[in-house]
Amino acid sequence: MELKTPLYDEHVALGGKIVPFAGYLLPVQYPTGVIKEHMAVRTAAGLFDVSHMGEITFRGPTALQSLNHLITNDYTNMPVGKVRYGILCNEKGGVIDDLIVYKFAEDYYFVVVNASNRHKDFEHMKKNILEGTEIADISDDLAQVALQGPRSFEIMAQLLPEEDIPQKYYTAKEHVSIDGMDCIISYTGYTGEKGFEIYTAPQNAVKLWRLLLKTGEPYGLIPCGLGARDTLRLEAAMPLYGHEMDDEITPLEADMNYGVKMNKEEFIGKKALEERGEPQITRVGLQMIDRGIMREHQDVYVGEEKIGHTTSGTMCPCVNKAVAMALIDKKYSEIGQIVEVDVRGRKLKAEVVALPFYKREK
Amino acid sequence: MFNTPEELRYAKTHEWVREEEGLAVIGLTDYAQDALGDIVFVNLPMEGDAVTAGESFADVESVKAVSDVYAPVSGTVAEVNEELLDNPALINEDPYGAWFIKVREVRYDEELLDAEAYQKVCEEEHEA
Repeated sequence: MELKTPLYDEHVALGGKIVPFAGYLLPVQYPTGVIKEHMAVRTAAGLFDVSHMGEITFRGPTALQSLNHLITNDYTNMPVGKVRYGILCNEKGGVIDDLIVYKFAEDYYFVVVNASNRHKDFEHMKKNILEGTEIADISDDLAQVALQGPRSFEIMAQLLPEEDIPQKYYTAKEHVSIDGMDCIISYTGYTGEKGFEIYTAPQNAVKLWRLLLKTGEPYGLIPCGLGARDTLRLEAAMPLYGHEMDDEITPLEADMNYGVKMNKEEFIGKKALEERGEPQITRVGLQMIDRGIMREHQDVYVGEEKIGHTTSGTMCPCVNKAVAMALIDKKYSEIGQIVEVDVRGRKLKAEVVALPFYKREK
Repeated sequence: MFNTPEELRYAKTHEWVREEEGLAVIGLTDYAQDALGDIVFVNLPMEGDAVTAGESFADVESVKAVSDVYAPVSGTVAEVNEELLDNPALINEDPYGAWFIKVREVRYDEELLDAEAYQKVCEEEHEA
């Protein structure tokens, strides 16, 4: 039985095509279609319902130590109001989940996790936190929308004074009032564009959603579904749990070194990562040379040798090319390497290219 | 809700057939293109290929997924709409204009539906 987010009726009223995703009923697209939604985020702005995401709070005098023990990144000396990416590893070095951590006080952190992993993460955290840390799963007490795209700032400026809008990437402000609604405003996102993620109580969600859509309309803002969210993140080469990483794949193999501080004294999985040594596989970008579209879990070959598999693939609207991310043997990961991908029984030629496929102009 | 022209006949698998000078012209229905979403790629057979009613003769890929396209009739491919290869979005824009193939030596081996019966199939699927 799938859950509905507080915005479910809005999606239906807007003509959204509803699909089950991570235990929730969410729109995969609206009548505008994935390509137009994708392009709106690249050129103007898009609004996403991401209320399914999980939120877990860490409080107490040892909250920092607990986070540093659980997560691969280092949260020591992180200023209040800062947001930082991290990975939850198991003892074998595989990935339980990836997440972002907000610091709101010396003894108060707010962690956002993938909806599908929420319960697994919480159990793992509960088992491994230090004495003096209290954690709570507050996912059901929060709705979240993502306002993404180059015009997000102008739209936000219609609703809030400048001092209430975070100005630096990966920072956030708590207790900001949008038309009387208590919100967390975060300069983060999962699209490769500038934008905000806004958290508020579920009872505010409909009002906030409508207010944002109305305010953003003159700027080209349209509602966007999960389909565009996936093509946008893929084009920006942002890894997705269950695709580029999972319980078996280490963050180093998935080329997510930016979230792993191996020089940190200790974290769960560090020992295993050290023992596994230099990874033999890595994450690369592939671009199709032949006609066809790569999807996830397709085998990649050089000659007769199977060198890995694709983890996500699609036709990317912005670059208008069939692209994929793949985990392959490191020795074939040079840019320009020609490979073959088994696309439903046909071996099609593709080329290793640099990630990301799309990068916004500064 | 979806456009289903009266003069065409339909397969349950969402293809349409139009008879034209002894040939069967085949395409995807409005319902199908809407369900698929933005179509970004099409695989088509070659002229001269045999097609069999009820079997896949082409596939279309949307941003989301791959779907087979089934032949509503049997016969031999007489003509292929190569324009679709370069511009698959035509299927979304004009599903009854964007034909896939024309078939000669046509054999109607499978039962086809009229517009009204096909509309019912769509409604049932849509409800499900």
